[in-house]
Amino acid sequence: MKLTLRIWRQTGPDEPGRMTTYDVTGISPDMSFLEMLDHLNEELILAGDEPVAFDHDCREGICGACGMVINGRAHGPERTTTCQLHMRHFTDGDTIDVEPWRAAAFPVVKDLVVDRSAFDRIIGSGGYITAPTGAAPEAHATAVPKPVADTAFEHAECIGCGACVAACPNGSAMLFTSAKVVHLNVLPQGAPERESRVLDMVGAMDAEGFGGCTNTGECATACPKGIPLPSIAAMNREYLRALSKGR
Amino acid sequence: MAVTGVAMLLFLVGHMLGNLKIFFGAPEFNAYAAWLRTIGEPVLHYGWFLWLMRLGLVAAVVLHGVAAYQLSRRDRAARPAKYAHRRQRASYATRTMRWGGVILALFIVWHILDLTTLTVNPRGQAHHPYENIVADFRNWYADVFYIVAMLALGLHIRHGFWSAAQTLGANNARRDRALKALANALALVLTCGFIAVPVAVMTGVVS
Ligand code: HEM
Ligand code: SF4
Ligand code: FES
Repeated sequence: MKLTLRIWRQTGPDEPGRMTTYDVTGISPDMSFLEMLDHLNEELILAGDEPVAFDHDCREGICGACGMVINGRAHGPERTTTCQLHMRHFTDGDTIDVEPWRAAAFPVVKDLVVDRSAFDRIIGSGGYITAPTGAAPEAHATAVPKPVADTAFEHAECIGCGACVAACPNGSAMLFTSAKVVHLNVLPQGAPERESRVLDMVGAMDAEGFGGCTNTGECATACPKGIPLPSIAAMNREYLRALSKGR
Repeated sequence: MAVTGVAMLLFLVGHMLGNLKIFFGAPEFNAYAAWLRTIGEPVLHYGWFLWLMRLGLVAAVVLHGVAAYQLSRRDRAARPAKYAHRRQRASYATRTMRWGGVILALFIVWHILDLTTLTVNPRGQAHHPYENIVADFRNWYADVFYIVAMLALGLHIRHGFWSAAQTLGANNARRDRALKALANALALVLTCGFIAVPVAVMTGVVS
């Protein structure tokens, strides 16, 4: 395959950036999007140019490191992570726009790499449970009804990739935060911090400068893990409940 | 946003149903308007209920507008850089919440000057709402403005009602489709119900 790539290049956090055009050839439809970028970078390095910086780690769709906006869509045209997106979903001769996540709370570090540590601080404010350390407890010691376990698992699937924020026209982190809150709040293990968790995590989210939710639904459409939009309602419900209990 | 929006929505349902009384003729419609002033008597003085209602509605509109402004400011700040690759995001109703809201705000101002204070009404005869409405909708520009505003209202409610259910935590996976259907039904019924009046005047059904 032969492609024209228009990639956001920016040398540093405070430098101006711009879209730069590259023609790449010799792309196999079986390459992942990241392998295609590796291929471009090898050519750039051989030509003595600076390779395109992008984040990645597991390359199997579970770490959430590899986010980028491809043709205006977070993680590109398929509902998966960029590392699991394959070039067979594009056609020979396509022009593809590649941009970093755009949000005030996710400043660009370099090229396609953004600083997502705002998410870490939200997790740190309440995304944990109080449990005695030491040997793992007997798995059946705390019974969890199947529907509750399913709900917790559905939300535990969030990999913190940030696609929801990147897709949201308001740069809101409600879907991510709701995934984390609902995951732990429905479980008996999460019950001791049920109220403080939602209040603190929403507080941390607001303090990081994410936008407010207007329920556009772009987040859930972009989420590679299918976190559903009603999860935001579930978090709001937890928030109102915690407020009424006075923590 | 959600609380004031739902309060206004409840009012609009009552208002729309009341407006439809115009199809029973001038005496009944004008008597209905007069009755509105006597609600709550003898506990309340004549007209007090109406003034309490107006106070509540003005508060709701102003708070809704202020919250919308604050939310929009915050959202713009959270997303300072645009994507170079542009594409349409979300549904039409969702995208037009802000400008649709501005149209509604302008409409509310005109509507009060027209049929409450009668300042800009072509007839402007106090205690004769039926005759004032008929005089009004004989002007094409009043019809156009009214109908455009009601279409904007329908779109606003289509997104707003479901959005409020999300905000207030009333939605969940099982209810999602039903709430969206209810939002569409409410939007359709309110828009058609309100538009029925100018259409009836234009076609001579009400005169
Ligand atoms: C003064 C004129 C108005 C303005 C400027 C305005 C503006 C807005 C804005 C900007 C939003 C938030 C955007 C979003 O959620 O996507 C909104 C939401 C909403 N509006 Fe309005 N609007 C107005 C009138 C009305 C009226 C007359 C109603 C009554 C039906 C209404 C009902 C709602 C509802 C229910 C919401 C959703 C609240 C939520 O998501 O929590 N609005 N409005
Ligand atoms: S909610 Fe979905 S899109 Fe958002 S961070 Fe989690 S996995 Fe990524
Ligand atoms: S590199 Fe880990 S999810 Fe893509």
